[in-house]
Amino acid sequence: MTGLSLDNIALERGERRIASGISARVAGGEALLLQGPNGSGKSTLLRVLAGLMPAAEGTVAWDGADVARDREAHRARLTYLGHQDALKAGLTALENLQFWASFSGGSATAALKAFGLEKLADRPARTLSAGQKRRLALSRLALSEAPLWLLDEPVTALDTEARAAFVALLKRHLGAGRLAIIATHEPLAVEARVLQLGELRKAGGA
Amino acid sequence: MSAFLALLKRDLVLSYRQGIDAWVVVLFFLAAGILFPFAIGPEPNALMRVSTGVVLSMAALAALLSLDRLYQGDFEDGSLDLMALGPLPLELAALAKALAHWLSTGLPLLVAAPLLALMLNAPTGSYGPMLLALALATPALSLLGGLGAALTLGSRRGGILLTLLILPLYVPVLIFAAGTISRSLLAEGNPTGALLLLGGVDFGLLAITPWATAAALRQALR
Repeated sequence: MTGLSLDNIALERGERRIASGISARVAGGEALLLQGPNGSGKSTLLRVLAGLMPAAEGTVAWDGADVARDREAHRARLTYLGHQDALKAGLTALENLQFWASFSGGSATAALKAFGLEKLADRPARTLSAGQKRRLALSRLALSEAPLWLLDEPVTALDTEARAAFVALLKRHLGAGRLAIIATHEPLAVEARVLQLGELRKAGGA
Repeated sequence: MSAFLALLKRDLVLSYRQGIDAWVVVLFFLAAGILFPFAIGPEPNALMRVSTGVVLSMAALAALLSLDRLYQGDFEDGSLDLMALGPLPLELAALAKALAHWLSTGLPLLVAAPLLALMLNAPTGSYGPMLLALALATPALSLLGGLGAALTLGSRRGGILLTLLILPLYVPVLIFAAGTISRSLLAEGNPTGALLLLGGVDFGLLAITPWATAAALRQALR
């Protein structure tokens, strides 16, 4: 069965160890919420899982195979949403999404609709509010057929309606037997396990 | 290929919409170039002797202007993370960014060069070789500049570091470009050798810099 496993992961930022002994397994159809105080390593762990940086110790495996052995295949199976929106102020909402659609495939227009942004399609991103920018960033998820979502504070600055749209999209993703790992401080209306990261984590979570 | 073209198009559209980069580069190129007649005097022969050298040097300095922002925006807004995780190899992304830089700054410099050469009283026969030399030299400046921008990404005072890092690497490019022009102006001069060397530098950089730039970007993202 499709799944991502983390085995005894240690995280470092610069020369400083911020977490260690992180172990968890997420199977198809499951969501794992990363929670913990600021600086506990949630974003760093997501970057490690994405392959943007190496773990100080431990391994990340997909279906039992170490992802470090085939980075290209791992990149192809994931969609990463960082805490920045990856939008260009000088492009319209639709142009921003079309640009990322050229990387991931999918219909930019349909993705805009998923978050109720079709009326803002021709607005330059610089004129959008923080919440609208976050919705636009989230609409990249609607482009994605990747089995693994790695999301960093996805619902920050979202209103109730946008939050509901995100949860609906997430439920559809999980319902299709895919996985999501989400760093968040806020509760999400989905069934999920929680991995609590502390100042310096010593024991495995899930 | 579609992601490569999309990145190239995106950078060109942003450059065009911001409208500043190309104009600032060209205005700096012209403004800095016309300081020379004031500094060395208006004597036509003195100007003529240094004219093409001034054009080449000013082009090298002007190409530096927009380099510190080549990756900075993508780094700060999270786009670089997504590019590193996307299907387009980071090496090709680096090549697309260098090509966009050349199209938005190198090409305008090429267009503006005859005007500066005219103001500096450049020899009539030097225009063709100068443009040929610039056409081969400016891509090298963009490729080297892209590497410098990636190496200094995220560092404090990256703009100054970038200049100090890249200017020495520009020297061989300037030497071969100047050699092309000076050999063309000699009665029995043959610029082929210098041109071939300049072309060789371009191909060498094309083979090396995308990989080196991608490695520097990956390091910056850690």
